[in-house]
Amino acid sequence: MELFRLTIHELHELLKKGEATATEIVGSVFERIEAVEGKIQAYVTITKEEALARAAGVDAAIKKGKGIRPLTGIPLAIKDVICTLGVRTTCSSLILENHVPIYDATVIHKLREEGAIFLGKANMDEFAMGSSTENSAFMKTKNPWDLGRVPGGSSGGSAAAVAADMCAGSFGSDTGGSVRQPAALCGVVGLKPTYGRVSRYGLVAFASSLDQIGPITKDVTDCAILMNAVAGYDPMDSTSAMVTLPDFTRALLPDVKGLRLGIPAEYFIEGMDPEVEAAIWEAIRLLEHLGANTEKISLPHTDYAIATYYLVATAEASSNLARYDGVKYGYRTKRSMDMLEMYQRTRREGFGAEVKRRIMLGTYALSAGYYEAYYLKAQKVRTLIRHDFEEAFKHCDVIITPTSPTAAFRFGEKTEDPLTMYLSDIFTISVNLAGIPAISIPCGFTKGGLPIGLQILGKPFNEEAILRVAYTYEQNTEWHKRKPNL
Amino acid sequence: MKITKREVEHVARLARLELTEEEKERFTRELNSILTYFDKLNELNTEDVEPTSHVIPIVNVFREDEVRPSYPREEVLSNAPEEEEAFFKVPRILE
Repeated sequence: MELFRLTIHELHELLKKGEATATEIVGSVFERIEAVEGKIQAYVTITKEEALARAAGVDAAIKKGKGIRPLTGIPLAIKDVICTLGVRTTCSSLILENHVPIYDATVIHKLREEGAIFLGKANMDEFAMGSSTENSAFMKTKNPWDLGRVPGGSSGGSAAAVAADMCAGSFGSDTGGSVRQPAALCGVVGLKPTYGRVSRYGLVAFASSLDQIGPITKDVTDCAILMNAVAGYDPMDSTSAMVTLPDFTRALLPDVKGLRLGIPAEYFIEGMDPEVEAAIWEAIRLLEHLGANTEKISLPHTDYAIATYYLVATAEASSNLARYDGVKYGYRTKRSMDMLEMYQRTRREGFGAEVKRRIMLGTYALSAGYYEAYYLKAQKVRTLIRHDFEEAFKHCDVIITPTSPTAAFRFGEKTEDPLTMYLSDIFTISVNLAGIPAISIPCGFTKGGLPIGLQILGKPFNEEAILRVAYTYEQNTEWHKRKPNL
Repeated sequence: MKITKREVEHVARLARLELTEEEKERFTRELNSILTYFDKLNELNTEDVEPTSHVIPIVNVFREDEVRPSYPREEVLSNAPEEEEAFFKVPRILE
């Protein structure tokens, strides 16, 4: 059997029945990685020795009668923006190329406790800034469905690794769609939890009021399993929320009867690929057929979301990235005469073009004379966008939209003009501005064989509703079972 | 023009970023185009709207002020580009 093909819950069943060992599972996944990594380039760092040693430890513990938890022996990939004790964490940036964290992020700590095994660190757009993973300082991750196309971003390595069976599941981070959009473009499942649901401690900060860590998986069940492992209040993250924690797997009910699905007119726009639009309507019809009711809703400020997002996110980023000064950790220039020159050259040599562009934009938006016109204005429009959702959710339980206006695009297609790349985030960024949860699941393929993603948005701290709709859809379709030919 | 090359140079100084001539030209062009796009927000009247800096209603988060161990000094210094005798070493600041 090709163990590397299986989902987390399938591997768990085999482990429980004693039909596979953690060593066999991890070994199988590494064989797969060795076979296809040359084509895909999903990993910045691979930790094979540590993973095999840990698998042996897990097997020994199972032999001694230790209980098998849902993630015991499950091999995962981690986006290289999440700190891992003793394992290089680069953010795909030259400025952190040799950075080895001295602590684990809270999610990593929790996953370790649950018995998960880490395969390595997944490639990404530098500091999670981008929608194609082309901004990595190290390599270009390929879309497993078409090696001439991008995997999406910024969690492109995490999504490609799941789609290509180079891990059982993975974690990414989502500031403006960075989990959901690559999941859509790679034909897998990606969830952005409610802001505050998952601790950000140890997640290298991009835009602190928008960032959330989220799982990328082969199916919706695995997504709920990973959420169970990482969600919850953390005293180390004062923005993590002290709210009741559900068992997310209990939301996996194949039933949407009577649920109200909101369909926002503003998300079915010109410029959207007709094949994507057709697949979304098809999915909506299927959910209606299964007993859900649809409601036309309006999110009137959608058109302002991109401008708002790129002001809020870059302002926060320019502040967060001030810490890369060549003093405490990270890269330092080899040629400088004094302190000021050291800072400026270190940052010039360490940051890539998109990161510099965003630092410039954010610094400008926060600078004297422009703060009110740009940053404060954006924060006010953010309020209007939040209110749009509050109003809409009075009339529906979840909202259905496309995840991305197009399927995966070609390398270089959107790199010339930064605005074209920004505009590709149009359907995902409002969710981060409002802080609500959303999931992307596979809902079809273009004629050219590229995956299409369906996005389901929920009320704050109601991941269960979106998981339920996603699960019901998945149980009645076969898209998630298709695999790319590699 | 939303932003001139001189302003780009000023912002780069604020951000402690050294830019090449080519980057200055490019950022002036690109930032102009992006900032023009941002003008869209001025279509909205936001006079009476409260700004959102954070989406969840958390105000101040306090914890007990208890003494706890911090990370060992050698570990913290292990990632420093330059260190000396338990300190981060930086280029000369005073003449």
